[in-house]
Amino acid sequence: MTLDRRRWLSAAGAALGSAWLAGCDRLATNSTFTGVLRVAERWTKGAQRLVTDRNALAREFSRAEISRDFRANGTLRPQDPEYVALVAENFAGYRLVIDGLVEQPLALTLAEVRAAPARTQVTRHDCVEGWSSIGEWTGARLSALLDRARLKPEARYIVLHCADTLDPYATDGAGRYYESIDLVDAYHPQTILAYAMNGATLPVRHGAPLRLRVERQLGYKHAKYVMRVEAVASLEGIGRGQGGFWPDRGYEWYAGI
Amino acid sequence: MAGDEMARKELVRRHSGVVRLTHWVNVVAMLVLLMSGLQIFNAHPALYWGHASTFADPWLSVRKVEIGDQPRGITAIGSLTLDTTGLLGWSGPEGRREQRAFPSWSTIPSWRDLAIGRRWHFFFAWVFVANLALYWAWSLAGGHLRRDLLPTRAQLRPDHLAHEIAAHARLRFAKGDAARTYNVIQKLAYLSVVAVLLPLMVATGLSMSPGFNATVPGLVDLFGGRQSARTIHFLAASGLVLFVAVHLALVVLSGPWNGVRSMITGRYAIVREGDRS
Repeated sequence: MTLDRRRWLSAAGAALGSAWLAGCDRLATNSTFTGVLRVAERWTKGAQRLVTDRNALAREFSRAEISRDFRANGTLRPQDPEYVALVAENFAGYRLVIDGLVEQPLALTLAEVRAAPARTQVTRHDCVEGWSSIGEWTGARLSALLDRARLKPEARYIVLHCADTLDPYATDGAGRYYESIDLVDAYHPQTILAYAMNGATLPVRHGAPLRLRVERQLGYKHAKYVMRVEAVASLEGIGRGQGGFWPDRGYEWYAGI
Repeated sequence: MAGDEMARKELVRRHSGVVRLTHWVNVVAMLVLLMSGLQIFNAHPALYWGHASTFADPWLSVRKVEIGDQPRGITAIGSLTLDTTGLLGWSGPEGRREQRAFPSWSTIPSWRDLAIGRRWHFFFAWVFVANLALYWAWSLAGGHLRRDLLPTRAQLRPDHLAHEIAAHARLRFAKGDAARTYNVIQKLAYLSVVAVLLPLMVATGLSMSPGFNATVPGLVDLFGGRQSARTIHFLAASGLVLFVAVHLALVVLSGPWNGVRSMITGRYAIVREGDRS
């Protein structure tokens, strides 16, 4: 190969490369293009729901496989005054509110939550960042609590409102953590509001007094510090309208992948 | 030279329409998947074996470490640690360096944004899978696999293999009628990509999905757990990068215009030396 041709080839390669990089960055901030990319979430959810039994269980592990270094992410110790006050009295005044589109709104003490039909499971927790940890969770089955409150027929989603402000700089009031799931996941047998982890009371950094476990999705769906369970017909008007703290910030609402 | 005067150029049909279409769709999809995949890797730049992460003991990690007052990019593979400052762990223009496993020119988007990286990755994963399915359907039904890719018994004989390896090592490429078909090394390389590495990317990718794990629990277990699947996903992607590097080098060395043209128009020029028939 002549020197000329080699120089030409590398120049063309470099030009192509930088055009590609600049093009990708420009597309990544283009709302039409990112709107097109978002259809993949619908395809993924549709495909997974199509091939998966709605009650198919996430794999459960043996106690011997429990991670000794289970990582905690998101808020580790909420500084919100109401929560700080609850911790100070060891959650004596805590009430789990279940309301929204229900026939019988509830405000349950922790003792009442612990008395509800429960489930214990050793499952793998998959963070969106890529790591996994295995832990044992014991909690009240969300389906039993929802049945007690009697969902109205127009209810389509269950919203978990949390005690922690993860983004104190949000100026639109959407800095508080929340998440939402649909009724398929809300009524899944492994979907629980956990109050115990690895056989002990749920620690603050893992979401005391109650955290959601929705085992077939990524970690950010497993809302910690759950204060209120609200049944709604639509996710509009909650936070920034995308169904969760991280979905409001670009992450998928359906986090099964 | 006298031989050149007698050489005759002949354009033959080398690549079918489906092969050309799926090749270029795959180029775009794989490039996006690689670069958005590196963005995703950067969110937790460590790899493990098994079901769960052993945070204190990854088999591979890319970190920023302060050595004295100097930040350095350190890549650790097993007990081996390498200073990869400028490329891995600590990179960017001098004075504006930042902590990131893979450098900004290798990720989509160039800045750190896991959410956008995932959106690109999963959209182009669908494109990639649809494209791969089309390629495989056509290869099986249209005879591409049997006709062009499966080596013949004669090609697999050790002496022929040795001869082909030696010819490749000396960069001697097939001419005349021998250039009409893939040689055995090409066949084995392409087969290992389309039949092993690409399906492995899909299978290990799906094994990282907690939703899909509940659908087919056996698949993630086949790879030894979710963190193993993530490791194999990374290794198979590395294998593909290696393949593309060699592939591009050989395209350039064997005559880039002819090769690229054949993958665009389907026509490939064959030079017949001293052909009098």
